[in-house]
Amino acid sequence: MSLSAYFVINLILALLLYLYGRSRAIAFSSSRKLFATKGYFGLHNLLVAFVPSFLFVLIYTLAEPGMIRYLVQSALPSVLDVEPESFQFIYNELLNVHAEIIPFDASNTTHTLGLAVYVGAINTVSISKMLLFGSIVLIATMYALYRTNPSFNARVHAELMIKWILMLLSMISVITTFGILLSVLFESIRFFGQVSIFDFLFGTQWSPQTAIREDQVGSSGAFGAVPVFGGTLLIALVAMAVAIPFGLFSAIFLSEYAKSSTKDILKPILEILAGIPTVVYGYFAALVIGPFIRELGDNLGWQLTSESALAVGLVMGVMIIPFVSSISSDVISAVPMSLREGSYGCGATKSETIRNVVLPAALPGIIAGVLLAVSRAIGETMIVVMAAGLAANLTFNPLEPVTTVTAQIVTLLVGDQEFDSAKTLAAFALGLVLFVVTLLLNIYALHVVRKYREQYE
Amino acid sequence: MDKPIFQVKGVDVFYGDNHAIKSVNLDIARNEVISLIGPSGCGKSTFIRCLNRMNDTIESARISGEVLLEGEDIYSKEMDVVMLRARVGMVFQKPNPFPKSIYDNVAYGPRIHGLVDTRSDLDDIVKESLQKAGLWEEVKDRLTAIGTSLSGGQQQRLCIARTIAVGPEVILMDEPCSALDPIATAKIEDLIDELREKYAIVIVTHSMQQAARVSQRTAYFHLGEIIEVGDTDQIFTNPKERLTEDYITGRFG
Repeated sequence: MSLSAYFVINLILALLLYLYGRSRAIAFSSSRKLFATKGYFGLHNLLVAFVPSFLFVLIYTLAEPGMIRYLVQSALPSVLDVEPESFQFIYNELLNVHAEIIPFDASNTTHTLGLAVYVGAINTVSISKMLLFGSIVLIATMYALYRTNPSFNARVHAELMIKWILMLLSMISVITTFGILLSVLFESIRFFGQVSIFDFLFGTQWSPQTAIREDQVGSSGAFGAVPVFGGTLLIALVAMAVAIPFGLFSAIFLSEYAKSSTKDILKPILEILAGIPTVVYGYFAALVIGPFIRELGDNLGWQLTSESALAVGLVMGVMIIPFVSSISSDVISAVPMSLREGSYGCGATKSETIRNVVLPAALPGIIAGVLLAVSRAIGETMIVVMAAGLAANLTFNPLEPVTTVTAQIVTLLVGDQEFDSAKTLAAFALGLVLFVVTLLLNIYALHVVRKYREQYE
Repeated sequence: MDKPIFQVKGVDVFYGDNHAIKSVNLDIARNEVISLIGPSGCGKSTFIRCLNRMNDTIESARISGEVLLEGEDIYSKEMDVVMLRARVGMVFQKPNPFPKSIYDNVAYGPRIHGLVDTRSDLDDIVKESLQKAGLWEEVKDRLTAIGTSLSGGQQQRLCIARTIAVGPEVILMDEPCSALDPIATAKIEDLIDELREKYAIVIVTHSMQQAARVSQRTAYFHLGEIIEVGDTDQIFTNPKERLTEDYITGRFG
């Protein structure tokens, strides 16, 4: 039975129970005062009938391949001679034969006997799925029927169930975060098995080329990540040097000086900047700003490349202006009017008031906005890939081409790669460090925001 | 009355289409406390905010008529709003100390106006202002503590000290005790009585007992108009207007 069939059956049953609960409740509402309105009896039954069996089907379906494999693995040796190490190979062949990717060969005992075991396993798993589903549905139905009586407080139970369902759903994003972290962590550990963590974190040479064959020319690779992180840092610095003043000043203008009609026009336009795809920023940086900087250099008599940290940083800075300005103007507007009036009342001018009262009061929120923008800048990939170059230069000169963590991850993973070579695994190690850095930045930013919130409530 | 410090002549205020103040005339004398009473929404706060042009911060507000401070129209083009607000200080309904230290709160005005050159002069102003506001004894050992850490009543006295520090001639108080408990209110009322020696004080209040306790004259506002102005004793014992009588006897408002 397919997944959608289970779903439809489940849904129909839940709707029937909903209608039953509702109509029963209507019937006995005439005789006695109810704890809950009739809708809650229906809702209670609906949730009882739907949620547990739905979750069961979902989880069981996810576990199915594993279960089948386990059954085949334990049953196969009784009919075939299987070396433990060759099981994976045979199992893959069985999968392909069953899916008719490999033609069935009647003379091959692996095909005949193995396939029988495989099909048997599939049947066992799907029959037990049906049986378990049936019994869960049966228990749920009986429970719902038993509960549909006037003395049952359906409202309290239904509300409680809603709470648990919402909690479950909100956990999914948390679980996903941990899942990503773990997968990156495990690959990184494999990487650090080949390259020492000390060399990775403190080495200043980055040339992630490993020899594929023994006799190949080329080094064993150097995985010192300092130039890569240096490049990220340099670009982020340039970007913040653009985004902080422009973002902050436009936020001050928007929330303190602009008339509301001006603000209504300007603010959405500014926020459009955040909606432009980064690829578009990328070719803007690569095709307009980069060559412009090079020509400017030519006129001044400097030999510059069109790929530079400056070009990327400038464009990235423009891109994150809305992050800084939007959050800053929100927190500036959130500074109570009474504080401004207190300052005006002392005879302060507008700019004195902003400088001495509004900005200090809004500072924590502004810092939080800037930190979020920084983590955005560090994680930005597309602009860098297109306009920064790939040379891992350890430099503080923004006119030179640099590379960043994200750009390196892209180049390491694009193309045909062995997935267990140090070269590919290095991408995960870079990703892990990036993840940790942005996570810390975000946590700190949220902490600052929370502290700020407490101040005025 | 001697020459009044404030003369308000035929002032109208509009918020958009809303006619909030209707041709109000009022003289305010030196060294007197005048209280403005009246039901909610009658324009008391709007009126008091005309006296230091605090309504300028509201985009939709328009004002016509004359407000003379020592004979000078504060709405004329030559008037420097900053200097005006230094001369006419304001204390607000909710205590609004800046999120700075107690010392910096009081030193705020003197610093921006450049009233002092040396740190010790500034120390003196801070001390003197806090003493006048009756807060010195309570905070002298913790001037670096943040202003918002004080109790509500202390915060309001800190705001009064902050206003005094600039050296104003008039102090406007917009329901200064409405967020305070009775004990803190009593302290502020005593303080108002002392401050009268040096400043003219205009106070908006919802409490008629407070108006009776602290003020020498009282003006009754109703729907944006001044119905009656007179000595506080007379207003509360023998009002001339029917509307005033209805309000102070609690028939409405």
